[in-house]
Amino acid sequence: MTMSSAVRPVFRAVVATVVPEAEQLDESGWRELETLAEAALRDRPPAMVRQLQLFLRSIQWLAVLRHGRRFTSLDPERRVRVLTHLQDHSIEIIRCGFWGLRALAFLGYYGRAEALRAIGYSPDPRGWEARR
Amino acid sequence: MTRRSYDIVIIGSGAGGGTVAQELSPLCREGARIAVLEKGPKLHDEEFTGRELEMAMALYEDGGGFLTAERTMTLAFGSAYGGSTAVYTGTSLEPPQRILERWNVPQLTFADVVQRARKFAAENSVHFLEEGLINENNRLFVEGCRRLDFEARQFPVNLKGCRGSSLCNLGCPNRAKQGTDRVQLPRAERNGVEVITRCEVLRIGEKTIDARVCGKPAGGKGEPSPWEPGEYQIDAKVIVVCGGAVNSPALLMRSGLARTLPRLGHGFTCHPAIIMVAEHDRDVTTFVGHPKSFYLDQFAERDRFLLETCAYFPFTTAKAMSGFGAEHSRFLRAFPRLQMILVLACDEVDEHNRVGVDRSGRPVVHYRFTPEVRRGLVEGAIASAKIFFAAGAARVHLPVAEAPTIERAEAGRLKQIAEHPDFKPGKLSISAAHLQGGCAMGRGPADSVTDGYGRVHGIPWLFVADSSLFPDSLEINPYLTIMALADRVAETIRQEARTLL
Repeated sequence: MTMSSAVRPVFRAVVATVVPEAEQLDESGWRELETLAEAALRDRPPAMVRQLQLFLRSIQWLAVLRHGRRFTSLDPERRVRVLTHLQDHSIEIIRCGFWGLRALAFLGYYGRAEALRAIGYSPDPRGWEARR
Repeated sequence: MTRRSYDIVIIGSGAGGGTVAQELSPLCREGARIAVLEKGPKLHDEEFTGRELEMAMALYEDGGGFLTAERTMTLAFGSAYGGSTAVYTGTSLEPPQRILERWNVPQLTFADVVQRARKFAAENSVHFLEEGLINENNRLFVEGCRRLDFEARQFPVNLKGCRGSSLCNLGCPNRAKQGTDRVQLPRAERNGVEVITRCEVLRIGEKTIDARVCGKPAGGKGEPSPWEPGEYQIDAKVIVVCGGAVNSPALLMRSGLARTLPRLGHGFTCHPAIIMVAEHDRDVTTFVGHPKSFYLDQFAERDRFLLETCAYFPFTTAKAMSGFGAEHSRFLRAFPRLQMILVLACDEVDEHNRVGVDRSGRPVVHYRFTPEVRRGLVEGAIASAKIFFAAGAARVHLPVAEAPTIERAEAGRLKQIAEHPDFKPGKLSISAAHLQGGCAMGRGPADSVTDGYGRVHGIPWLFVADSSLFPDSLEINPYLTIMALADRVAETIRQEARTLL
């Protein structure tokens, strides 16, 4: 999936709701995150990628139905409510769609070396030797 | 189309394929030509970096996130030289007697399987890690279990020179884990077996195989295939399918065998699992030391779950937890203070759960969570939470609770949550790595795909030798049992070599 200009703002708004620390990313941080997400989708079936893009567009308009504004224009609290609605939806395929999007957000955010440093994850192939 | 010819072709190089390759390799000295066709790459030692996304993409099918048809569970299985043995933690248990007796496969006795399992345990350096190499995550598990009167047991593991990198599931960077990639395949190659990596088998015909060799992608890891990229037709007098519980049944289906083998693809089980995390007030540091040293199986028969220690990486951990937002981030920011436990449900054969193929021939796994599996996962999650608190955790992330963060002072809520869990497929992250069944052993085509020696019913030259042979869930980590069954298959082929070859 190449993050088209139409869905990029929604994707970023979703990521920043799923991982609030993402709000602090600068443009190069966002580019890195999006590159990781795009790479993870490269070998997935095209239909799945299309569904994901459609899901992102639906989130934008679901927010209009529920709160009178597009998702990207909502405050953080209302964004959380929209995504929580999807996460707990009574229809399984909608929950699955959100799960996939959420996974992609985590992959992009926690796939970056900077995020690993920030959370204190520092494995070393030398294992015990590196700690002693 | 390039043509090649062999006496024996083995498809897949994991616990099954690697074992068959080694056990048949003495035939090379008598002039037999044997090849192993492996879909994945063979990495150079220095390419095992331990970086999560990079290694997952290099060593796993779909980066470790193969989705079921319902999209409610991900399956993790290796696609590399050594198959899943390149990415497991090396836990090496003998099969339980009660399970083998329940399988009731003709000619398959517990004593025979255990004897073979012990042969490979010795060959692959299986032992208990010494006390000084047990990390804090594992110690806390043992301590929590002890305080609750649970009986934690130590895993025998197949390690040699383990440095405690914690990175087993991303491929050991120190060559310490003794999978088929380190033991059986190199030995088979020394004896004359050829291993063809990046070679995907498309279908099997009458003693022939259609395969495609892919080039090394730009910037990708691993050696190029020893064969030029392109389409191949490979003649073989004997074919042994060892692609694992997803790919083996799918390959046989693409080859048109479902018409005569109605049970093909059926009987898929996988030990669906959820990852539990808890935060302590001090460092636990899951990312130093062997990740999976202890387990708890006393609830397997009655409550249908197992607990194992585990140590996952940031993305995997984030994905495995429920929810999102500030509460979720708080746990991730506490990463060095997290304790982790894996809950595995002991699922049983269910008619819905099966492997199929889509119109393009790609494997599709259908899986639904039975009431027993749901109950097993919930009970296992509650037991894990109790162990966490008994070990001193400050808060637990309980993914089966509507509000998943449980503070220590709220531990009394556990009973209530167990009675009213929030178990919504699609919301709850469930994954599985013990994939079994699909080409089950049995008596005949009405109940199975192969006989007790892995020979496909009605096709004397076609064998299966991997976890797809299991007629039902093994209820423990499967690798030693796969190797033992593969050894039986190889022995049968050796004994019949005169007529088969």
